[in-house]
Amino acid sequence: MSSTGSPRSARATGDAAATSRLRLVVIQALVFSLFATLLVRLYYLQVVSGDEYQGRAAAQSVREIVLQPSRGLIVDDQGRPLVANRLSWVVSLDRTVLGKLGDKQRATLVRRVAGVVDVRPGLVTKRLVTCGDDDSEPGVCWNGSPYQPVPVAFDISQAQAQRIREEPEDYPGVIVEQQSVRDYPEPFGINAAHLLGYLSPITGDELDQAESDGDRSVNGASVVGRAGVEQEYDAWLRGMPGYREVGVDSMGRVIGDEGEVGSQAGDTLVTSLDAKVQAEVERQLAQTIATARATTDTVTGRKYVADSGAAVVLEADTGRVVAMASQPTYDPSVWVGGISKNELAELYSEEAGLPLLGRATQGQFAPGSTWKPFMTAGALSNGYDTDTQLNCSSSLAVGNRAFKNYESGAYGYIGFAKALEVSCNTFFYRIGLDYWQRFGSDVADVDARDPLVEEAKAFGFGEETGIDLPGEAAGRIADREWKRDYFESQKDYYCGIADKPRDAPGNQELSDFVYTFAGEFCVEGYAYRAGDAVNFAIGQGDTIVTPLQLARGYAAIANGGTLYEPRIGTAIVAADGTVIRRIQPKVSGHVDLPPGIGGYIDEALKNVTRQGTMSWRMGGFPLEQVSIRSKTGSAEVYGKQSTSWVASYSDDYVVVMMVSQGGTGSGTSGPGVRAIWESLYGIEGEDVDASRAAIPGTTLPDRLPVFQRNGSILPPALRAREEDQQ
Amino acid sequence: MTRRSGMDWLLLGAVLSLSVIGALLVWSATSARSDLTGGDPRAYLEKQIVNIAIGLALLVLVLATDHRWVRIVAPLVYLASIGGLVLVLTMGTVINGSRSWIMLGGLSIQPSEFAKLAVVIGMALVVAERAEGRWRPRITSFDVIAMLLIAAVPAALIMLQPDLGTMLVLAATVFGVLAASGAPRRWLVLLTVSAVSAAVVAVRGGVLKEYQVDRFLAFTNPDLDPRGAGYNVEQARIAVGNGGWFGNGLLNGSQTRSGFVPEQHTDFVFTVAGEELGLVGSALIIALLGVVLWRTLAIALRTDDVFGRIAAAGIACWFGFQAFQNIGMCLGIMPVTGVPLPFVSYGGSSMFAGMLAVGLLLNISRRAAEAPAARLQPAGRVLVRA
Repeated sequence: MSSTGSPRSARATGDAAATSRLRLVVIQALVFSLFATLLVRLYYLQVVSGDEYQGRAAAQSVREIVLQPSRGLIVDDQGRPLVANRLSWVVSLDRTVLGKLGDKQRATLVRRVAGVVDVRPGLVTKRLVTCGDDDSEPGVCWNGSPYQPVPVAFDISQAQAQRIREEPEDYPGVIVEQQSVRDYPEPFGINAAHLLGYLSPITGDELDQAESDGDRSVNGASVVGRAGVEQEYDAWLRGMPGYREVGVDSMGRVIGDEGEVGSQAGDTLVTSLDAKVQAEVERQLAQTIATARATTDTVTGRKYVADSGAAVVLEADTGRVVAMASQPTYDPSVWVGGISKNELAELYSEEAGLPLLGRATQGQFAPGSTWKPFMTAGALSNGYDTDTQLNCSSSLAVGNRAFKNYESGAYGYIGFAKALEVSCNTFFYRIGLDYWQRFGSDVADVDARDPLVEEAKAFGFGEETGIDLPGEAAGRIADREWKRDYFESQKDYYCGIADKPRDAPGNQELSDFVYTFAGEFCVEGYAYRAGDAVNFAIGQGDTIVTPLQLARGYAAIANGGTLYEPRIGTAIVAADGTVIRRIQPKVSGHVDLPPGIGGYIDEALKNVTRQGTMSWRMGGFPLEQVSIRSKTGSAEVYGKQSTSWVASYSDDYVVVMMVSQGGTGSGTSGPGVRAIWESLYGIEGEDVDASRAAIPGTTLPDRLPVFQRNGSILPPALRAREEDQQ
Repeated sequence: MTRRSGMDWLLLGAVLSLSVIGALLVWSATSARSDLTGGDPRAYLEKQIVNIAIGLALLVLVLATDHRWVRIVAPLVYLASIGGLVLVLTMGTVINGSRSWIMLGGLSIQPSEFAKLAVVIGMALVVAERAEGRWRPRITSFDVIAMLLIAAVPAALIMLQPDLGTMLVLAATVFGVLAASGAPRRWLVLLTVSAVSAAVVAVRGGVLKEYQVDRFLAFTNPDLDPRGAGYNVEQARIAVGNGGWFGNGLLNGSQTRSGFVPEQHTDFVFTVAGEELGLVGSALIIALLGVVLWRTLAIALRTDDVFGRIAAAGIACWFGFQAFQNIGMCLGIMPVTGVPLPFVSYGGSSMFAGMLAVGLLLNISRRAAEAPAARLQPAGRVLVRA
C-alpha cells in the first residue's frame, strides 16, 4: 500500500495533513473490518445454515400439485353403476398468494371471484378461514389442510370457468380446474342413500392420523366416505393420488414442470344390490307410507303418522343384501362439492325425521308378533313339542294384570302352528309364564335360565349383524341382565324423586304417574317379573330389533339355521378389470333347528300366508309356484301408534317391511311386500313369468359383471353352463 | 505503481468487473419477470449496458478534464444537484413511499445519488480553498461549520423525500470527510454524540411512527413487519442461503427466477449473486469492492492535493458504507433501506454518480503521479496565484 509519509511532505502540508493521513488509515481499517464482517456473515448464511435455507427455498418455489385419483365406481349385480364420477369445474383460492396481497387488493380479488361464480363475497371470505380459527364459522369454514387451496365454488359453468382462465393476471392465486366428483346415475330412479353413503372432506385429525400411519392415499383436499359402503370400502374406492411437482413464482403462478407421478384410480366395488329390485323396494316403501298416512287409525282415531319405515331384501341362503330402503331419505348428491349449512341442518333435524338415520340398520323397533317364530323355535327346543296344545284365551292374568289377545280374540286349545297362523298372544304368554315360573321366579336372580332369551340370542338379536355398513345398531334383548343394568343406571334418578314428598320442590311439576312410577322403580325396578317374561314372549316390552336383524333371523329359519353376516359388497375389481378380492358371505352363527322344528315352523308360516293373518293380502298370488312364508306384526309402543311389520321369505329371498306408527302388519305393509315378491319372481296376476323377474334368472347371478378393457361393464353371463356350451 | 503513469488500472479494472457482473445479475433478476420487462427478457440487460456505457463516457470525460477545471466545475455540480433535489420534491414521482425520482422523458433520475458526490466535492472544495491559502493549514471550527453547512442543504432536502438509506450513507460520508480533513477531534465527538441523541429522540420521542421503527428493525426480527421489510429480509436470506458454496449457476437460481425477492434487480441485486454464484461469486464481488476501496484510499493517501485527498476519502466512505449497508441488508445484518450496490445494482443515476466519482479518483491519481515535479511548487498555491 502506498504511503507517502516522507517528512518533507508532512511538513509541507502541515499538521492537518498528518492527522488526515492517520485518520485515513483508521478509516481503511474500519472499512475492511466491515467487509470482513460481511464475508463471515455470507459464510454463515450459505455454508453453515445453507441446508436450512435450501430447504425453505425448495419449499416455497416448488409446489406439489395433487392429482386426485378418480374414485372407484359402485355397481350393482348386473354391473349398473349406482355411483359414478363426473367432472366439475371447481374454483379454489390459494391463501399463500392471497396473503401477499394488500388488504384492498385482496378484497377486490375476492369480490371479483365472487362476482364470476355468483356467490356472496362475504361467504367466500368466511370460507377462507380455517375451522378452529378465532372467527371461523362452522359449516362454512375450511376444514382441510392449511396449505391446500381452498375450494370456494363447485360446479360452475364452462363459461364462468373460462372467464377466470382467460385472464389469469386479474385473478392471482385463483385456481380453476376440473375435479372428479361423485355422480349418481340413479338407475330405475333408485335413491339408496343409506346404502351408498356420501363423501365429505377429510378432517385435520384424519389427515394427521394418515400421515403418522404413512398413508399416502389421502391429502388435505381428499374427500372420504362418511356413511354406507362409501365409508366401509373407502380404502378400496379412494385410489392413490398422484403428484406433479411444479416450479412456482412468488405469485403462485406455475413456471415449470419438474416431474409427475400419475394417480391411480380407485377400485370398483361390485355389490349384490340389484337396482331394479332396489327401485321397486323403495317405491313400495314410499307407497306404503303414503297410504298409511292417508289411513285412519281405529285406535287413536287419527291418521297414521307413519314417520319412518324400512324394507330389506336378503338372499336367504347367503345373507347377501339385494335391496334395502329407508324412509325418510335424502339426496346423496347434496354432499357433492360441500354441503351447505341449511342442508346439513335439514339432514339432522328431528322435524324432517332424521333422514340421515338408515332405519333398516340403525332404526330399532319392538318386533311384535314377528318375534313369535323365534319363540316357537325356542319352546320346541326346550320341552314343548309340536303336539302341544295350549289355551288361546282372550286374556291371561299375570300377577295383578290381565294380558290380552289382539282385539280380545279367543281360539280355545290350539297348537303352535295355529298360534302362529292367528298370532295368538295368550298362547305365547303361557309359554313365557311357564318358563319364568320354572326357572326364574326369583325376580332378583340375574342368572336364572330363560330358554326364550337364549333362542333370541341364538338368532342373533341383541348384537350387530356385522353387515358391511357403518353405524349399525345392535338392538336389545330385554332380559334379566338388561333389566338389572338399567335399574342400576336409573335408580339414583328415580329414588331421588321417590325419597322426597310429593309436594317437595322439583316434584310438583311431575305427573302423578311419574311420581308413582318413580316410587315403584326405586323399590323394585331391578325385578324381572312374570309380566316382563310374558311380554318378551310376544316381542313387546323393552326388546327392540333392527329390520335387518329380523330379516337375518328369518333367513336363518329359511335356510335351516345358518346365521350370516349380511353383505352388500360381492367383489373388489381393479380399474383395469382384474378381480382383486371376492367378498364371501360370512357365517356368524348357527341356530340348532332340526327339520322337525324348522320344517314345522316353515309349514306354519306358509299357512300364515295361505290362511292366516297375511292371507287376505295374498289373494290370487300363485303360492303353489312361489311359496311365500310370512308373519305379520303390529307392535305396540307406549304413547305411539303401533309399528307395522311383515316378515316373509321364499326359497330364495327374505323380504321384511316395517313402518313406524304405521298400523297393523298386513294391513299397512302387506300390499307392499306382495308387490316386492311379484317383482322378484316376475308375477303378474296369477302368472309366474321368470323372464319378467327383476333379476335375470330370478336369483342373484353367481358371476360378476364383465369389466371390459374400454371401461364398459356388461351384465354377468347368466349361467356358467350356457357359456360352456358355446 | 511501478509505472508512474498515474492511471490506476486496478481501480478501473475492478469497477469494470463489478459493472459487468452487475449487468449479468440484473439480467438474471429480470429476464423471467415479464411483468417488469414487458416480454423482452434482455430489456434490463440492454438498458444497464447503456447505463454503463454512459457512465464510462462520463468517467472518461472527468478523467480527461484538467484538474483545475474539475475544481471550477465542482460548485456547479453541487448547485445542480441541489436544484435536482428541490425539483424532485416539487414534481417528483413517489416510488416505494419516497419522492426520490424525476421522470425525464423515458429516464428516471434520482438526484440524491448525485447529491452524495456533490456533497463530497463541495466539502473538499471548502477545505481545499481555505487550506491552500495558508502556509500551515489547520482545520478550524469555522471550516467544520462551513463543511457541515455544505452538507446540510442536500441532507435536509433528502430528509424531506424521505430517503433514510441515502441519509445514512450521506451521514457516514460527511463524517468520513470531516475525519479525513483533519477536523478537531472534539467536533467528531460532538457530531457522534448529537447523531446518537437525535436517533434516540426520533425513536423514543415519537418523531418516527411505530411502524417506521418496526420496519427499520425488521432485520433483527422479520415478524416486526412481516408483509413489508420483514418479508424482504426473509426472502433475501432464503435466496442467499440457497446458494451454498458455488451457487445454482447464473440464470438458474430458483428463488431469483421465481421472483421471490422484491426489488431484486436494484437494491437486492446482491441476493442474485448469493443464490446463483454462491459463496465464491459473492465473495468475489465483496473482494472487488474491497479493491475499489483499497485503491481509493491509496489515492487519498498518496496525493498531496488537499482537495484530492479529501474528495477521495469522502468517496471511499461513500462507497464503503453504501456497499456495507446494501450487502448487510441482503444478508440480514443491516436494516432494509433503499440504497443501491455501487456499480452492480440496476439504475442510471447510481451508475453515473459512481462512474463520475471514479473518473474523479483517476483524475486525482494521475495528478498525484505528476506530483514529484509539482511538489516543488505546491499545486494549490500555483492555482491560487494564477
